[in-house]
Amino acid sequence: MHVADFINSAVDWLLVTFSGFFNGLSAAILKLLMGINSVLFAIPWWGYILLVLVGAWFTTKKAGTAVSLAVLPIFIGMFGLWDRALDTFSVIFTAVIISIFLGIPFGVLMAESKMAEKIIRPLLDTMQTMPSFVYLIPAVMIFSLGKVSAVLATIIYSLPPIVRLTNLGLNQVSAQTEEAALAYGTTRWQLLKEVRLPLAVPSILTGINQTTMMALAMVVIASMIGGGGLGDEVLRAINRIDVGLGFEAGISVVILAIIIDRLTQGLAKRWEPPLDTTS
Amino acid sequence: MTTSDNNGRIAIEVEELWKVFSNGDSGEQGEGSEEEIVAVQDVSLQVKDGEVFVVMGLSGSGKSTLIRCLLRLIEPTSGRIWINNEEVTGLNREELTQFRRERAAMVFQHYGLLPHRNVLDNISFGLKLQGVGREERTRRSLEMVERVGLSGFESYFPAQLSGGMQQRVGIARALANDPPILLMDEPFSGLDPLIRREMQDELLALQEQVNKTIFFVTHDLDEAMRLGDRMAVMKDGGVVQMGTYEEVVENPANEYVAKFVENGR
Repeated sequence: MHVADFINSAVDWLLVTFSGFFNGLSAAILKLLMGINSVLFAIPWWGYILLVLVGAWFTTKKAGTAVSLAVLPIFIGMFGLWDRALDTFSVIFTAVIISIFLGIPFGVLMAESKMAEKIIRPLLDTMQTMPSFVYLIPAVMIFSLGKVSAVLATIIYSLPPIVRLTNLGLNQVSAQTEEAALAYGTTRWQLLKEVRLPLAVPSILTGINQTTMMALAMVVIASMIGGGGLGDEVLRAINRIDVGLGFEAGISVVILAIIIDRLTQGLAKRWEPPLDTTS
Repeated sequence: MTTSDNNGRIAIEVEELWKVFSNGDSGEQGEGSEEEIVAVQDVSLQVKDGEVFVVMGLSGSGKSTLIRCLLRLIEPTSGRIWINNEEVTGLNREELTQFRRERAAMVFQHYGLLPHRNVLDNISFGLKLQGVGREERTRRSLEMVERVGLSGFESYFPAQLSGGMQQRVGIARALANDPPILLMDEPFSGLDPLIRREMQDELLALQEQVNKTIFFVTHDLDEAMRLGDRMAVMKDGGVVQMGTYEEVVENPANEYVAKFVENGR
């Protein structure tokens, strides 16, 4: 028994029936991506150094960390991969923003409804374990080669952590805290807004951190369908068996990852309510 | 004893209250074994206005379930509850929310403070839910901070305070709402004996000023004696005896109560 034929005709049917919707979606994503891209390119290189420096200082409060993080982007510039890195960054940024806007509501939905959880959880498992090449093909068929497909493929892979960690953060709120809030007359919405969501913020920020890391992991695969950026350089290096170029592009991805990781982790830590008697 | 007899009006009335937990209620253990636990068994009682009424019993006697039923934090299986002539068991969801905001406030054994809000914002939480404006909220909360002796700690977070101080916040939060009824679920059980005694004294002093109806749950006979005007002794979900401390100690209804109050005479 095969379902392949059925899947093929289903994708064809989707293509024909919803072409208007897909075109609109594609245009919207492209517009967001281009907007982000032009903003990112408008910032001079030293602007990034400064941003990382200030950002790292505010999130970690450690001068050493801040300075060493701020030095890292210079290497990308030295490799001559600055523009490529910004291309990559804009694809990731777009994917992460869309993931956040989709992921947090889905995480909340899962926490609020057992039914939703039963439906969403296996979907998330599938999204994370399905080999990405499998959905690259329909993505390209629907959105054609290019950055929009790259963004979508990245979202499919990077969405699950933010959903899961939002859900986890909401469920971690102690029953005693919730009971007390209910005893004082919170509605379900107020309980969510005043108690559960604020207490879930550190977990949600960790989710954003994880989502960003997952998105970075898709850089090379996304460039196979027109994502551009650093992934392109890696692909070129593979084709030419140019180990040196591969290394430079790879290290640049790592640098992006380290900076984003440290900044978002620091932010997550800062948000946690004080837990010990520090004063 | 703080007997303040306001012509004996009834503030809380519980009539034939039952709470039966079935397995489906409390969790999802094995589905075949439909085990039912009776937590509250045919409890009827009346609490007079301005009275400190103590419910005493060992853990598992159903006293915590009973106090939660009064606010329907736990939904009673059957029976009726009136609080100041309002039938709590007959309220719909919105009425119940409104009721919890205005008619009664609860103090918890584990404080139940919001860890992400500082002392002042914790105290004003109930007022915020009542829809009181920010300025008024702050003014009244600061008043409560002073009343429970936490001046200077307004911007501390719960985790930075000792247990006793956290419970002061809990009490201040309840008083800030200014409800006619305070429900206190073993509020001092987690505190060490010295602090506990101090808090009991302070509660009595506060009660002199505010004169609320207090429904107080404890497993500590000494506490019951110090605070309560009347008490009910619970065992296995049912009330085995009700009366003043003297009545219960001098004339225990059965062996269980006798054993319980043995060291109190």
